[in-house]
Amino acid sequence: MGAFEAVILTIITASTPLLLAAIGELVTERAGVLNLGVEGMMIMGAVCGFAAAYTTGSPIFGVGAGLLGGVGMSLLFAFLTQTLMTSQVATGLALTLLGLGLSGLIGEAFTGLPGVKLGPIDIPFLIDLPFVGSILFGQDILVYFSFALVAIVTYMLFRTRTGLIINAVGGNHHSAHALGYDVVKVRYACIAFGGACSGLAGAYLSLVYTPQWIENMSSGRGWIALALVAFSSWLPRRVLVGAYLFGTVWIMGLYVQALGVAIPAQLLSSLPYLVTITALIMMSGDKTLTKVNTPACIGQPFAPER
Amino acid sequence: MKIILEKRIEHSRVMALLSPLLAIAITVVIGGIIFASLGLDPAEALYVYFVEPVTTLWSIEELIVKAAPLVLIGAGLAICYSANVWNIGAEGQLTIGALFGSAIPVYFTTWQSPLTLVVMLVLGGFGGALFAAIPAALKNRFGANEILTSLMLVYVAQLLLDWLVRGPWRDPQGYNFPQSVPFEGWQQLPLLGEGRVHIGAIFAVMAVIVLAIMMGRSLRGFEIRVVGNSPRAGAFAGFHQKRVVWFTFMLSGALAGLAGICEVAGPSGELQPSISPGYGFTAIIVAFLGRLNPIGVLFAGFLLAISYLGGEAAQVELGISDKTAQVFQGMLLFFILACDTMILYRIKIASGRSASAKA
Amino acid sequence: MKKLLGLTAVALAMVLVTGVPHAAEKMKVGFIYVGPIGDHGWSYQHDQGRLAIEKELGDQVETVFVEKVSEGPDAERVIERLARQGAGLIFTTSFGFMNPTLKVAKRFPKVKFEHATGFKRAPNVATYNARFYEGRYIIGQAAAKISKSGVAGYIASFPIPEVVMGINAFILGAQTVNPGFKLKVIWVNSWFDPGKEADAAKVLIGQGVDVITQHTDSTAPLQIASEKGVHAFGQATDMIKFAPKAQVTSIVNNWAPYYVARTKAVLDGIWKSEDTWGGLSAGTVQMAPYTNVAADIAKAAKETEAKIRSGALHPFTGPLQKQDGTEFLAAGKVIDDGTLAGMNFYVKGVDGKLPQ
Repeated sequence: MGAFEAVILTIITASTPLLLAAIGELVTERAGVLNLGVEGMMIMGAVCGFAAAYTTGSPIFGVGAGLLGGVGMSLLFAFLTQTLMTSQVATGLALTLLGLGLSGLIGEAFTGLPGVKLGPIDIPFLIDLPFVGSILFGQDILVYFSFALVAIVTYMLFRTRTGLIINAVGGNHHSAHALGYDVVKVRYACIAFGGACSGLAGAYLSLVYTPQWIENMSSGRGWIALALVAFSSWLPRRVLVGAYLFGTVWIMGLYVQALGVAIPAQLLSSLPYLVTITALIMMSGDKTLTKVNTPACIGQPFAPER
Repeated sequence: MKIILEKRIEHSRVMALLSPLLAIAITVVIGGIIFASLGLDPAEALYVYFVEPVTTLWSIEELIVKAAPLVLIGAGLAICYSANVWNIGAEGQLTIGALFGSAIPVYFTTWQSPLTLVVMLVLGGFGGALFAAIPAALKNRFGANEILTSLMLVYVAQLLLDWLVRGPWRDPQGYNFPQSVPFEGWQQLPLLGEGRVHIGAIFAVMAVIVLAIMMGRSLRGFEIRVVGNSPRAGAFAGFHQKRVVWFTFMLSGALAGLAGICEVAGPSGELQPSISPGYGFTAIIVAFLGRLNPIGVLFAGFLLAISYLGGEAAQVELGISDKTAQVFQGMLLFFILACDTMILYRIKIASGRSASAKA
Repeated sequence: MKKLLGLTAVALAMVLVTGVPHAAEKMKVGFIYVGPIGDHGWSYQHDQGRLAIEKELGDQVETVFVEKVSEGPDAERVIERLARQGAGLIFTTSFGFMNPTLKVAKRFPKVKFEHATGFKRAPNVATYNARFYEGRYIIGQAAAKISKSGVAGYIASFPIPEVVMGINAFILGAQTVNPGFKLKVIWVNSWFDPGKEADAAKVLIGQGVDVITQHTDSTAPLQIASEKGVHAFGQATDMIKFAPKAQVTSIVNNWAPYYVARTKAVLDGIWKSEDTWGGLSAGTVQMAPYTNVAADIAKAAKETEAKIRSGALHPFTGPLQKQDGTEFLAAGKVIDDGTLAGMNFYVKGVDGKLPQ
């Protein structure tokens, strides 16, 4: 394997959990809901995924359990924000806090155990292609799925009736309601979708990235995913670009160190965050694009009586 | 069956007072169930958690030490959130405040006068405000989401601190270990009493009083509340949302920065790579638990401090994992949020059919 | 108040049932850890030491611990809590607890304190550390024998003397086999960040490194090494179950003998404040079984280990030059502990600049 392929493979691993979580949150936000609990859903996905895979010995079960863990947390959020109409910002923060604590408690029995790794699915013959073989055709199922998800979500949001409804609910919930759509139900569904994606991202961490359970192993990735959604101006293909941009900057910080370049490690570690902020500014600056795609109702509770 | 919320015409004053108490009660009950399921005597566990921390003078003093930064930061954040401005990065502002203030003992090691401390404190507040001005400016100028920018800046601030303490600001006599020169004399906060309580506690109480008066009595407070409730209504009244963003960010940043310098010039007495056990983040809970009211923040700060100290006591005396404390705090916040619904709405539970008929 | 009465009643009842309460006679030994005991690294090994005390002296002492104590103002409170709970001996197991330990020690002159890796002592505060560099010399030698590329990857935490002397010992060991041996160092700026450590391992392997070592605590680099089919060395604990095909050996922190000895010393009333730096000979540093390598490599490693243990070999024996070629240790001399404890330079043969 060449040095170039090795770097690309490392970047793919670093970017996939961000991409998965961000694309889910994008759908949630398109429906007008801001769920700041991505970190909490992700970490629950990680612990549930690990626990199930370890107990059953099957990483696929782990993926399923991770997904369900994320959905469970997201439904808690949905119940509070949609049914009880609590503040979305506060509830999202609470979800993160609860997720970090709860996952630690559940995971106590699983610390210090080697996990079951979700292995790559090598596509025969194609994987032997020079240069791109292992990059394009030697990945695990979640990597392939993350790319498929970008395509599916793009198609769904802009080409289908479902997408139309989601955008309508996020754009103006009163008109959507007047048109006869059940705003709350649509939002419940979109929140659950976001939870599922965050759960998958968490499962990716505990089954592929580092196949073991470690407290707080999401280490802030949920927040990065949230930033990526804003950075993307709510466009799925831009989430893809953003996730891979972040992953590249992250890995390059380590890469140049190994080459012997003397830059303080702290500066390299802070680069991804600085790049994210810069990207946020650049994207926010593009007024027309932002205006077209920003869900106008984001963060606002919907009460049909009003 | 379906839950229906009926909007109250006026906020329920009874529920406003009752909801935090109700939330605490539910948390205690659920906590008791959790302890029982762990095979512990729930009464004893809850006693260790919530009552023991206030039974000795030492632990009360320690409560004050722990609560002071939470209250100081939480009060500022409460104002911010009332204005619908989401400063999530108080931890970073705390860090930069600590750095600004610490520059004095690091660069003017021998300067000893009451003025030293004053300059340190002022610089601390200034540093925090300056760092908070970044997300404020980005929001006002570019419309960049302040939740995300302020949060990203936390990482940047912490890495800057890390670099300084391990590099240029390292104590020359410290065997290359990551810590600054020790702060001495007027570089440290005066203590109140025998224990570790320092004048930061007074700052916290003063901040609460001043902010409570500002929110309740002044035009500025009115402006913040109006803009927070509805930016459009605020604009009609001649209030500028941008001005409110600037003001609330800089205010909360300054208080967080002050809390930061108080921590390093108080209990720590030096700069270290980690100067705060997440006070800036915990203060977010404190602000909500205090119902975005400065006086409420004072109580909430103490409640959270109790849960931390109780968590430690439970580890030592009962062998309960520290994650339990974290779950407790998460639950408490959830129940507070859920109970708050009752201030604005009347909850009715109806059968599915009548609900759909109504919708 | 009612609660208090209730508790008193329970306590009284217990006394009546069991006669004299044993608990009152037992000395309490307190521990504070910087990480979770589930880190399977630094704090985990200290907790193993605590359990050894329980096992050996369980009839005379009881132990308590608080985990995940942050190295700021919280530490002082937690240490004081342990002292107030009546602990007779308290181990504070991270460098950042140094000043809080000294502050509390001043207020509790009768309580004995033991601070790991620090350099400040008091009449009732002792310090202790381990000579991990001895193990690093051995693995450096083994790495040079294993590596075909002549380059090892080194995942490092922070550029403090402890880590710098480890890098130096590693390259000195490697140079005894291959004088031109090279190191690629990545600073991950953390003691424990599995994701980043895994990324660093992948980047290093991608750059042609065929053996990996780490001065960070997670098992992630070993998992990656195992996946990519290169050799690696564990840290702090025997990590073999995370990389049964990749781990060559591991430098194990074994605090048990020291902890038991110090607890006994307090019980016997002969405890003194001193600075203890135990290595292979004291059993504080142990090498996990040598696996996954040819018999001759394992044999050579065992021989080096025996020589260090007996004192016949010291990894830092002159002549030694700094990176820039200036001599800092004359021929035949052995380095003194003071120079080691403050080591802030690379020896000759390490490329790259030490972050300052």
